[in-house]
Amino acid sequence: MTPPSPAPRVALFVTCLVDLHRPSVGFAAIKLLEDAGCRVEVPLAQTCCGQPAYNAGDRSTARDLARGLLDAFGGYDYVVVPSGSCGGMLRAHMPHLFDDDPNTRARADALAGRTYELVSFLTDVMGVTTLDATCAATATYHDSCAGLRELGIKAQPRALLASVAGLTLSEMADAEVCCGFGGTFCVKYPDISTRMVADKTKDIAKTGAGLLLAGDMGCLLNMAGRLQREGSTVQVRHVAEVLAGMTGDLPPIGEARR
Amino acid sequence: MQIRSPAFKANVSAALADERLQKALEFTRPAFPSRRAAAVADLPEFEQLRDIGRDIKNHTLANLDFYLEIYAANVERAGGIVHWCSTADEARAAVLAICEKAGARTVTKGKSMISEELGINAHLEAHGITPVETDLGEYILQIRNEGPSHIIAPAFHLNRNDWEESFRKVHTDLPADRVFNERRDILTEARTRLREKFLAADVGITGANFLIAETGSSVIVTNEGNGDLTQTLPRVHIALASIEKLVPTLEDATSLLRLLARSATGQDFSVYTTFSTGARRSEDLDGPGEYHVVLIDNGRSGMIGTEFQEMLRCIRCAACMNHCPVYFTVGGHSYGWVYPGPMGSVLTPSLIGVDQAGHLPNASTFCGKCESVCPVKIPLPKLMRHWREHEFERHLSPSAVRTNLAIWAWFAMRPQLYRIATRIGARVLGWLGRKKGRLSSLPLAGGWTAGRDLPTPEGDTFFARYARLQREGKL
Ligand code: SF4
Repeated sequence: MTPPSPAPRVALFVTCLVDLHRPSVGFAAIKLLEDAGCRVEVPLAQTCCGQPAYNAGDRSTARDLARGLLDAFGGYDYVVVPSGSCGGMLRAHMPHLFDDDPNTRARADALAGRTYELVSFLTDVMGVTTLDATCAATATYHDSCAGLRELGIKAQPRALLASVAGLTLSEMADAEVCCGFGGTFCVKYPDISTRMVADKTKDIAKTGAGLLLAGDMGCLLNMAGRLQREGSTVQVRHVAEVLAGMTGDLPPIGEARR
Repeated sequence: MQIRSPAFKANVSAALADERLQKALEFTRPAFPSRRAAAVADLPEFEQLRDIGRDIKNHTLANLDFYLEIYAANVERAGGIVHWCSTADEARAAVLAICEKAGARTVTKGKSMISEELGINAHLEAHGITPVETDLGEYILQIRNEGPSHIIAPAFHLNRNDWEESFRKVHTDLPADRVFNERRDILTEARTRLREKFLAADVGITGANFLIAETGSSVIVTNEGNGDLTQTLPRVHIALASIEKLVPTLEDATSLLRLLARSATGQDFSVYTTFSTGARRSEDLDGPGEYHVVLIDNGRSGMIGTEFQEMLRCIRCAACMNHCPVYFTVGGHSYGWVYPGPMGSVLTPSLIGVDQAGHLPNASTFCGKCESVCPVKIPLPKLMRHWREHEFERHLSPSAVRTNLAIWAWFAMRPQLYRIATRIGARVLGWLGRKKGRLSSLPLAGGWTAGRDLPTPEGDTFFARYARLQREGKL
């Protein structure tokens, strides 16, 4: 696909976990988007995609939050999200909250059609094939469920990671199997979740990689927390940090600044 | 079958602590997905077939009353009898009446999940009739008085020692030096015992994978051949089937058969696929003298026209549970009733009530793997979410969850206040974790920290940093 207008106006949807937990991922996204030739803005009226309410069965709260998003993100060429999960919520689910309301549904469809997960936006829309980043590490990549199955994100992060100087990718077995995060699932059913993430960390350990990457903060916090509980030295990062060449001064997830 | 779904959490704790079960799960887990993947890779039109399968079932469900009437007329034309049963009670009574009329003392049974749902065995036993399960897995479960833990591999949770121990318990004449090292040893033992039962049975009960309207036939697939001996040797054959097993034509059934075994076991076709149409005719060499279909609703028609109608497309292939990371963590018995895994998490609340089975649709990460392999494209996560919506509306979800959600939503709807609240939260957590970058325990976060550390925030929120950089003219 050829890049659209010369400098598309892109709204960054930061996501609540990046906002709260790992702001650097938001800044990494801004850098990557600007390097790709986008004009990036961060609408201030945004909070959350509404997924926690939606998956808890609270459709009406999810609808109210979605209406807020429709207002906050109207008028941009694209909306870009550093998360497959929130991206999937906006693209695949949000419009259906308005199945009984054709006007809002049309606005929701329009927003969904303009919304992309960060890494796939860079490759599939902006046509980015290589990046100027360095990270000396052997990494392994976990495919987060919503990104993989709702948005088809599989090859894109691997393609861009291949251009990062010094980085080798060592694939884990069952990279596509859920890590056990599942939003509130991980606290509603902690026993099941813990066993699932422990299965994941076994697969991670077998690769010999020193760095674990993924595109979703939820999964990353879950896997990082488990690796650290197990005493593993594997470092954990959002893929955008590596692609933006930010690993130098930013400690990995769950580790303190030195 | 006794309902243990409300105790889901306790069932899970027990399952996680059961080393024997965990070993069996770990051992079996990789087999199904790799076999299915190989079978699918061998059939270029598999994806198209899934659409066809979905469409056949959708069409049938949209015209179910029409096809049921045609089906019933064709069964009767072929010399069979249809027993319409709207409840489990009626179905049990119908089966018992047929058996009693035939003067049955023993009844052989092919594998049938609807039979588990109805509790046929207990009902027959209570009336002095001995049911004998002839599927190898079901046979051992009957000896052990256990329910199936999987819909097509009912006893995969058992190991070789369990088999030997169970055999010795009932086959008391077994020589002490008899070995059960191989699958073949187990098979031989079961086969020898079952042969006598097949010959002695008065009535044979099977399930049905499909009912075909245009011919009035029932179809079963098995890999052991036990189903054929069950339905052809005794004087009377009873096919138990719920109404959604119906398909309009033979061709529809064969399209679905092309999906079924590939999705289930990764075979191109099951070893035996048998079509039964009516009772034995004078020119037939074998077959039952009477052919009955006990046609069961038991809650299905109530799903039609609701958001759960799509669940009635299910062809019971088990692909969803075979690929489910939750199922392979907790095992089938944890789900507490007949149907486990993702399909059970949607169907069980429909059949026994969401107040009983409310945990099931919640115990999912919505990873979506099940939907991606379902041969008839049932959107299982979406249907589980619908159950959560019902629970939310009926105030069945835990009040702590509702309160937290309400507080969070109140802030999320007010971006400026939300900024302040998140900023405080991020800073406090960041400060708490300033030494290590993570916490190993935190009040109110025990669910998280029981099994993993909690990585703490960088310290300030994105929006606080962004505003600062903007103020400083650095953006
Ligand atoms: S829901 Fe789909 S995958 Fe699961 S058993 Fe039914 S048909 Fe098979």
